[in-house]
Amino acid sequence: MSSDTKTAASYEEGLRGASDKVAEFHEPKSALKRLQHWLHMTPSAVPMIVLIAAIIIFGLKEENFFRAVTLSTILQQLVIVGILGCAQSLVVLTAGIDLSVGAIAVFSSVLMGQFTFRYGIPAPLSIALGLAAGTAMGFANGWLVARVKLPPFIVTLGTWQIILAANYIYSANETIRSSEIAAEAPALQFWGYSIQPGGVKILYAVFLMIALVALLAYVLRHTAWGRHVYAVGDDPEAAELAGVRTRRVLIQVYALAGLFCAIAGWVMIGRFGSVSPSASTGQLGNIQSITAVVIGGISLFGGRGSIVGMFFGALIVGVFEMGLKMVGTDPQWTFFLIGMLIIIAVAVDQWIRKASA
Amino acid sequence: MDQKGIGMTREPLLKARGLVKRYGKVTALDHCDFDLMPGEILAVIGDNGAGKSSLIKALSGAIQPDEGEIMLEGRQVRFASPLDARASGIECVYQTLAMSPALSIADNMFMGRELRKPGIMGKWFRKLDRPAMEKFAREKLNELGLMTIQNINQAVETLSGGQRQGVAVARAAAFGSKVVILDEPTAALGVKESRRVLELIRDVRARGIPIILISHNMPHVFEVADRIHIHRLGRRLCVIRPQDYSMSDAVAFMTGAKVPDEAATAA
Repeated sequence: MSSDTKTAASYEEGLRGASDKVAEFHEPKSALKRLQHWLHMTPSAVPMIVLIAAIIIFGLKEENFFRAVTLSTILQQLVIVGILGCAQSLVVLTAGIDLSVGAIAVFSSVLMGQFTFRYGIPAPLSIALGLAAGTAMGFANGWLVARVKLPPFIVTLGTWQIILAANYIYSANETIRSSEIAAEAPALQFWGYSIQPGGVKILYAVFLMIALVALLAYVLRHTAWGRHVYAVGDDPEAAELAGVRTRRVLIQVYALAGLFCAIAGWVMIGRFGSVSPSASTGQLGNIQSITAVVIGGISLFGGRGSIVGMFFGALIVGVFEMGLKMVGTDPQWTFFLIGMLIIIAVAVDQWIRKASA
Repeated sequence: MDQKGIGMTREPLLKARGLVKRYGKVTALDHCDFDLMPGEILAVIGDNGAGKSSLIKALSGAIQPDEGEIMLEGRQVRFASPLDARASGIECVYQTLAMSPALSIADNMFMGRELRKPGIMGKWFRKLDRPAMEKFAREKLNELGLMTIQNINQAVETLSGGQRQGVAVARAAAFGSKVVILDEPTAALGVKESRRVLELIRDVRARGIPIILISHNMPHVFEVADRIHIHRLGRRLCVIRPQDYSMSDAVAFMTGAKVPDEAATAA
């Protein structure tokens, strides 16, 4: 019996005299491999390179492109997509998808407007209520995903229709005119105001968007909660076993996304002047934000990518639209090229992932 | 140690009575009992599907038993999640390792118990104390001597299987204050790395912390275990001492080829 134990350990006798060196790996460090590894570490690099290349090409083609007015117009046009993209990024990082972002934004803006004009609630309070309503809609998405365990695509496909329909029914499809808002509740249009250093108009909304991107980038990178968002998207079971309250994180993510959408709704009032339940954002906001997220290098499978990448992705779309318009091509080329970019972005994402193998 | 100390060692540190866990028609745990004495290495062995994993998961809070009770230091505990078990000082290395591949080694080691910066940055901006976390992680990995990691910030997915297991073991050993549970800790490791893990297991016991070791590797089990809990058909078949039986006896018990005599069950 005891001899049994002895023989058990004796097979390791062969270790005596074995090399003490830990296995060393001589990887062929070709330039391509190193590039792959670097991209693996810095996921926002690809969209940044594309963005810089696009700016240089359009700048060479069209001398007016580098004028401050052009650049400020590009920024102006992407504020809503940029903020919706923040919401979308959060959800996509958890391996989900949110098709209802645009609908939440439109309905929140309608609620802010109607609360003020139909019930006479002071504008700042209406805005707070609108933001709370957007958060609640996001919370509902999160609850269905995390507690009822429905796939995010299905949940938000449903809530997209529900919220948009509720929006039309509640507002009776009435638009609140810009002049009325400017006269009675200018707070609703706050983000449409601008500073004009040297005659170049920069909307407050642009600063808001940049601040929100910076805030989310900080939260995702430097707080425990941010790390948990990545962990949940990466491998939810592992995260749960490692001590992350995955369901709570998921619900928080969707609720926060709802809040960001409502902020985008508030910004919409400033951008368009009026409150319109039939704003195109309701139908297109989700596709535009997903486009920015994908081109920005955030993996649809969750856990990988950065919010700054999404911002570059939104900028790429903005630069393409503006640049191609200035060059004077058929606007359909914009969508043609953006479609190609989406496919290339995902292909690059797949290639980068192989760095880990 | 005085009289009282010796007397205390008779009382199990972690005890379970009558655990039942059903998944639909399958009964994974069938009125299972379990005892872990202070300061011992208890191996749990059993054939595939015997319910070892369910038992471990019940003890570490990953599943909630349908019936039965778990006592830690004589007090009844009910773990609603692995977080609860961890808060009570029970750390577990799961077979799947429970790591987030895209996150760094330090992030993984501190998942769910991150350190925050002191002062305003930590309190109001909830900023992580990366330098402190990295220093701690590096120390623990060095202690383990399992690997030569150049970069503590590298993503776990860029590590080899053995290195990943090393990180998971280091995490449990670093934070476990009452019980450390290791589910197949040497399964992905080479001969040398396995040896280090076995040494680590002894180190942890030397610190007075008992260990539950689940393993299919009989030589390892017979080498380090103080007692062996043999699991069969969802319940504890018997507990034996490695000195009293041979490996083939143990295998015979767990496969049902041989029935242990009464004396063994009491050990």
